[in-house]
Amino acid sequence: MRITQGCFSFLPDLTDDQISAQVEYCLTKGWAVGVEYSYDPHPRNIYWEMWGHPMFDLKDPKGVMIELAECRKAHGDAYIRIIAFDSTRAVESVTMSFIVNRPATEPSFNMQRTEVDGRSIRYTHNTVR
Amino acid sequence: MQADAPKTIDLHAEYEASGAKEVLDELDNELIGLAPVKERIRETAALLLVDRARKTLGLAHQTPTLHMSFTGNPGTGKTTVALKMAGLLHRLGYVRKGHLVSVTRDDLVGQYIGHTAPKTKEVLKKAMGGVLFIDEAYYLYRPDNERDYGQEAIEILLQIMENNRDDLVVILAGYADRMDLFFQSNPGFRSRIAHHIEFPNYTSDELHHIASHMLSDQHYTLTEGAKAALAEYIELRRVQPHFANARSIRNALDRARLRQANRLFTEGGVIDAATLSTIEESDIRASRVFRGGLDSERKGDSE
Repeated sequence: MRITQGCFSFLPDLTDDQISAQVEYCLTKGWAVGVEYSYDPHPRNIYWEMWGHPMFDLKDPKGVMIELAECRKAHGDAYIRIIAFDSTRAVESVTMSFIVNRPATEPSFNMQRTEVDGRSIRYTHNTVR
Repeated sequence: MQADAPKTIDLHAEYEASGAKEVLDELDNELIGLAPVKERIRETAALLLVDRARKTLGLAHQTPTLHMSFTGNPGTGKTTVALKMAGLLHRLGYVRKGHLVSVTRDDLVGQYIGHTAPKTKEVLKKAMGGVLFIDEAYYLYRPDNERDYGQEAIEILLQIMENNRDDLVVILAGYADRMDLFFQSNPGFRSRIAHHIEFPNYTSDELHHIASHMLSDQHYTLTEGAKAALAEYIELRRVQPHFANARSIRNALDRARLRQANRLFTEGGVIDAATLSTIEESDIRASRVFRGGLDSERKGDSE
């Protein structure tokens, strides 16, 4: 199942040139760009592993692309996303995030129903590979 | 040859349009002396312009190696020229952003094992799309300590200089003799650097020019006596140790301003703008240089 989260995830996968252009956009906005990866794309798994520090003071997207290439080399079969952090006072959070790498076969989710308190049902989702 | 490539190109129009002319004119107007440096930069600009024209006409071309080394004594304008160079390369389209990242050994080399590579890469990432200026580059290499982490930084640098030629330009700067030694012990650098630019020392006249430039920028004027004193000062200062060309002059002027301020304050009374911006002969004559330099060094000389 194709995972859709963050920006552009309903579009075909971005090419490196397109990623570079998006990063360029983030940098012109003054956002700090970081690379993160995860093997578990569960929607509740919001904290992915950081690939190095977020990159502050970059002027050119090439720096991010170098890190992305290294991350792909080390974790080619993981989900990798690029996040842009806006440090403006009172924003101070991730303002943009998009997936830039997917495993060859993507996992799907299985809904699990649990009966509690008589006939009430609680729902949860498990990642299925 | 590409089908849609234009047949002719007007080099001079190209030169004007790229904005390279402005940078070169700025270089001419703002920097005093440095004739050989300006000449080399003009040549480099011409080469890049022709190269760009070749590309436009669809002729075979290769991104030229743009890494440079600036050698010269302290205070001869290496950093200032590097800044202009970054602007020039940006206008000609050889670097995408045209910013200058100025670093020294401390910014590249780590303090413990495994610290150097991330640190160097961090700096390189910041410099991508611009110019990386490494001041006193020879400190990266310490031949007396084979476990020095500088070597690691050098290896990463060399790799990036080769693989990311389109992304950044590296300028190494330092004193001529020590840079020569550095290049001898790191042949990798020598072969990757195409342009070696030497910065000559300023003549006394040029230094005097620079001083008056600095002063007029700050709205100060010299009295006739002060001008003569300054000329004498420059002659004396040149031969004393730790002479750093334009930087020494700037420091001398800063001290003269200090003395002027102190003099005005001590005299007290009502003063006008002209008094506030005039440096007298006595402000300059009070310098230690007229008494033979620093006390400690004077003692050394007599021994």
